[in-house]
Amino acid sequence: MLELDLNARRGSFHLQVKCRFVSNWTVIFGHSGAGKSTLLRLLAGLDRNGTNNALQGRIALDESTLTDTANGVWLAPGRRKMALVSQYPSLFPHLNVEANVAYGLSAMEWSARARRVTEMLELVDAIELANRRPQDLSGGQAQRVALARALAPAPRLLLLDEPFSALDGTASDALVDRLQIWLRANNVQTVIATHDATDAFATAAEVALLREGQLAAFGPAVDVLKEERERIVGRLGPH
Amino acid sequence: MDWQAFALTLRLATTTTAILLIVAVPLAALLVLGRGRWLALLEALAALPLVLPPTVLGFFLLVMLGPRTAVGRGITALLGHPLAFSFTGLVVGSVIYSLPFAVQPLVAGFAAIGPELVDAARLLGASSTRVVFSLLVPLARRSLITAAVLSFLHTVGEFGVVLMLGGDIPGATRTLSIVLYNQVENFDYAAANHTAAILLALSVTALAAIYYMRGGRRA
Repeated sequence: MLELDLNARRGSFHLQVKCRFVSNWTVIFGHSGAGKSTLLRLLAGLDRNGTNNALQGRIALDESTLTDTANGVWLAPGRRKMALVSQYPSLFPHLNVEANVAYGLSAMEWSARARRVTEMLELVDAIELANRRPQDLSGGQAQRVALARALAPAPRLLLLDEPFSALDGTASDALVDRLQIWLRANNVQTVIATHDATDAFATAAEVALLREGQLAAFGPAVDVLKEERERIVGRLGPH
Repeated sequence: MDWQAFALTLRLATTTTAILLIVAVPLAALLVLGRGRWLALLEALAALPLVLPPTVLGFFLLVMLGPRTAVGRGITALLGHPLAFSFTGLVVGSVIYSLPFAVQPLVAGFAAIGPELVDAARLLGASSTRVVFSLLVPLARRSLITAAVLSFLHTVGEFGVVLMLGGDIPGATRTLSIVLYNQVENFDYAAANHTAAILLALSVTALAAIYYMRGGRRA
């Protein structure tokens, strides 16, 4: 369970979210600029207070407090047991695919690490890419490798920021299905930020609707995205 | 040709470059990855030798390392001799004087690496040290080479700090630039020409190597 009560400022942008994600698969839905990526970065611990940034609030995952500004608690990103995959894969360009996936496994013994890398590459259907360099991958391939790298250290929470934008529809559907089974089996809670309502409907998720940095609605996709669904159906209907 | 001065200059430049790389990599990483207003002061201090006249820097070091300060007395007690007018003193002065030539290319190289790569490494549990040595250094290796070459050449061409801090002791502090100065003072223009040509050839060759590598990156 992920609990958050956040009040953050990024320049002139203000984000205020208070909710509790209990579902294994939560979709943060919002149009561009709604604050989805900002929220994911705050959850991952990548943004802290700075010259143009201010953050107040609390984030807790299960029994662990990750951020609590009132009590000066801030856990470093690598200690949060979280993984973040964004629409830009951010693979390390000087390492091949295998080394990229193994990067977060440095504490593991060599043979266990190799097994884990193989398992992850098989999960995202990228085992044949193991020796390739990131610059030799297509956008979709790089996205799948980024996913494998993020999941390799066995995170407790997976944050996905429009991660399937580079994949074509069929590949994306197949991967999401396989991924959901794996995540459930490995007890990994997932929060996915998207502006595509079909992602939310397809996965029957709990949905948090963000509008201009504010939590506008929270609940099942059919209720929260009613307007979106009618808009999509309207577009598909006869003209 | 004063081969002793030539060898001493190369020894000074090599030692200084090696120390500078050890110092400049973490310093540049701190300037790029660090947080806090005090970093501006640190960056200014690291860049100070760029604008400070070498003789001023040499004078401060001479005073600071001399017997009138606690630092100078401490070093003398530790080494058994003062740092001023010694090769070690010259290394200290050269490291400080050439610091910006090592730090600035590295800062530029590290800053050019996408912050999303650093974020990805941190999320995967990498410590700051691992981020620097597994990510920043390999990805900015051209900047590292540039920093090394510039530091080396700047040390080879150093004059003001050497003269103030080291004087002109053959085999200990007499570098090629001091030899050149002496040759001109003595109206020995033929020898001065020779010495200057060696310094020029060294600089042109090393700089051409850097620009050749940069050209390779564009290709």
